[in-house]
Amino acid sequence: MLEKGATAPDFELNATPDQKIKLKDFKGKNVILAFYPADWSPVCSDQMALYNEMLKYFSKYDAQIFGVSVDSVWCHVAFEENRKLHFPLLADFEPKGAVSKAYGVYDEEVGESKRALFVIDKEGKIAWSYLSPIAVNPGADGILEVLEELSKK
Amino acid sequence: MSTLKPEINSQDHIQGDDSASITIVEFGDYQCPFCGDAYPIMKEIEETFGHQIKFVFRHFPLANAHEYAFPAAIAAEAAALQGKFWEMHDALYENQYRLNGELFYELAETIGLDLEQFQKDSASEEIKTIIEDNFDSGIRSGVNGTPSFYVNGTKFDGGATDLYQMLKESTE
Repeated sequence: MLEKGATAPDFELNATPDQKIKLKDFKGKNVILAFYPADWSPVCSDQMALYNEMLKYFSKYDAQIFGVSVDSVWCHVAFEENRKLHFPLLADFEPKGAVSKAYGVYDEEVGESKRALFVIDKEGKIAWSYLSPIAVNPGADGILEVLEELSKK
Repeated sequence: MSTLKPEINSQDHIQGDDSASITIVEFGDYQCPFCGDAYPIMKEIEETFGHQIKFVFRHFPLANAHEYAFPAAIAAEAAALQGKFWEMHDALYENQYRLNGELFYELAETIGLDLEQFQKDSASEEIKTIIEDNFDSGIRSGVNGTPSFYVNGTKFDGGATDLYQMLKESTE
């Protein structure tokens, strides 16, 4: 897993069937990458549902959040609609898990991303990374602490 | 280990004995079915462990996922201004199965609130701020879903049933 100080590997992933997100386009902004195993976990304990409530916190710290899983674009679209998510979910779908692998958070055995968080600073360096036990939603306190620190720089 | 931030203070809704040795804080959402399931268990915990327990509720509405979660929290806070937070809290969970936009007024009437005042308070910015502050406290305390429990300031890794079990074992 990539650690603090490493350069965040660039990627280009689909957020919708016809929209690609390139990491390098977000230079000058903080970026949060939330890798997670799969869409459709129960809503009250769902990590994406939690982040969805926090978008104004993230924008306050000039940060953009992306969820990343190996689910397909169409699956993400349905999940976003169902849960009224207001931030992009990226499909690490083809070649499967390539970005998760580049960040060192791919679980080869089950073929899903691990549950991992990265905060990338405005220069594209990893400021913080965290690997959560697969069944545990890591919450957002860790992310906020790092964003707060970055905002003091 | 995640801890409760900020600590319990005068803004909180507290039930139970001041001298209780165990303080339980729940971060909950009135529309969350898991919180609805936890409600009778929390009642049972309060009954079983009586004066040993102090219970605090903070709002953690997942407003995008649950359309009535935030309005329900407002209803509870508006009732609090008339000294009836817990009456509204209980009524909301007991009627969770039929939660809708009109329910709040009906419950306010049932628990005997001054309805005109209730409606006025429901629109106040101050109440909104209280709920947002509760949510903020949850985020900073590491709440990752609802319900989330804290026992004596430390995040409890489990649901209401696990909590009951843990208390039973630790007070035996």
